[in-house]
Amino acid sequence: MLKLLFHIGRYFVLMKRVFSRPERWRVFLRQTIREIDSIGVSSIVIVLIISVFMGAVCAIQMAYNLQNPIIPRYLIGLGTRETMLLEFSSTIVALILAGKVGSNIASELGTMRVTEQVDALEMMGVNSASYLILPKITAFVLFIPVLTVFSMAIGIVGGYLASFGTKGLTPHDYVVGITSFFQPFYVTYSLVKSLIFAFIIASVSSYHGYYTNGGALDVGRSSTHAVVYSSIVVLLFNVILTKLML
Amino acid sequence: MIEVRNVYKEFSGHQVLNDICAEFEPGKTNLTIGQSGSGKTVLLKCIAGLHAVSSGDILYDNRSFAAMNDKQRKAIRKEMGMVFQGGALFDSNTVEENVMFPLEMFTKMSYEERRDRANFCLKRVNILNANDKYPAEISGGMQKRVAIARAIALNPKYLYCDEPNSGLDPVTSIVIDNLIKEITIEYNITTIVNTHDMNSVMEIGDKIIFIYKGHKKWEGTSAEIFDTGVKELDDFVFASSRMKQLRDLNR
Ligand SMILES: Nc1ncnc2c1ncn2[C@@H]1O[C@H](COP(=O)(O)OP(=O)(O)OP(=O)(O)O)[C@@H](O)[C@H]1O
Ligand SMILES: [Mg+2]
Repeated sequence: MLKLLFHIGRYFVLMKRVFSRPERWRVFLRQTIREIDSIGVSSIVIVLIISVFMGAVCAIQMAYNLQNPIIPRYLIGLGTRETMLLEFSSTIVALILAGKVGSNIASELGTMRVTEQVDALEMMGVNSASYLILPKITAFVLFIPVLTVFSMAIGIVGGYLASFGTKGLTPHDYVVGITSFFQPFYVTYSLVKSLIFAFIIASVSSYHGYYTNGGALDVGRSSTHAVVYSSIVVLLFNVILTKLML
Repeated sequence: MIEVRNVYKEFSGHQVLNDICAEFEPGKTNLTIGQSGSGKTVLLKCIAGLHAVSSGDILYDNRSFAAMNDKQRKAIRKEMGMVFQGGALFDSNTVEENVMFPLEMFTKMSYEERRDRANFCLKRVNILNANDKYPAEISGGMQKRVAIARAIALNPKYLYCDEPNSGLDPVTSIVIDNLIKEITIEYNITTIVNTHDMNSVMEIGDKIIFIYKGHKKWEGTSAEIFDTGVKELDDFVFASSRMKQLRDLNR
């Protein structure tokens, strides 16, 4: 318990150092663009793959569960869309990215720590926390809406593909379903959630990487911690945000 | 001038430095020698302000490092250059970018000026035609030399080198030693070098401090080192039987 408080305290102290004015805006901008590429753009493929499969599975399971003459079949498409918008494209994608991006960030920072690169920055008088972490958080938070919207669209397409050859579902019903009763707020809700999740993943993973001490083994440990703790915090905030917003 | 006053340092109960006192003057190459694990790196990091001391004080021109505010600390850090034991080059930057990094952060030089300065520093450490390589693509000794180039890029007032020539062949070692000595005199730098290489001790040591298990056991010049009467130091200096023979011949 005391240890948890210690980590939370140190996390906020670190965040205070991270959010200070960058030494050189030009350098900050360059680093951020670099991170958008290495954190954001490189995640597109994995988001595409899981979204198309999850959309398909979602539609198939809805079709299976709603096989009842009283229930109109367009509800299958509608249900698939709502699942993607409300929960999948923000939360599940965030959990997958916690694994990919979180471990990437933590191992990069951890390696820099144990090979004294962080010390070298401090030594020169650079605020290493801000120089290393701020571009990562900024890049991920800026790019996550793209990933989320992308995942929504691809997920719905996945369901459409599944509607060919699934018993109890036709492509036409599916299209009617996904175009009915659209609630723009769901998209807003999902985007807000994903922004917060992106912040959590980037900052919690950075925390674990930045405070690695020891050697190569400890870098592996930090990166595991980064994934585990950012996933837990994401799920916790998922409940809180859902309570607050819906 | 740097003064180390009664410095103690412990890591969670493990006492690493015990009551270290020393003075380092500008224009002099000061050496810290001692066995592996004796506390040389920790002492250097305390002096550089990377470790907080447990008790005691580090004074830069009579100003205590611990008592400085962030702004003063930052100002003084810009005057320090450090070569870490492992080089500590930035993995994601090329050799040239590594050397240009401090210039980009702390000067208003244009890109061309920075590149010229970086190339000048790289030439001084004998690194040619490796500008676009990444640290992982060059040898360990080259990494060390690039690290030295990065440390001197901003013309530091204080230069700290943690075993700058470990992992280098004897010829390159001497080139690096001489380079350190040269710039120390040329720019009146306060230089502190950690080493366990007796060649360096004899070549460039203006003042030598011997650390044994966290205690300072001896201090003096390279001329005095062979006849100190300090047992731990003799064991260190005359570790090889060849050195012992030389000593006995001299007597
Ligand atoms: N961050 C740290 N946490 C705990 N103990 C440390 C830390 N850094 C160093 N030590 C301990 O301090 C002692 C001295 O280490 P130091 O790195 O200063 O040795 P050294 O003289 O530089 O040796 P070498 O010549 O091998 O580099 C060692 O016993 C080491 O275990
Ligand atoms: Mg050392």
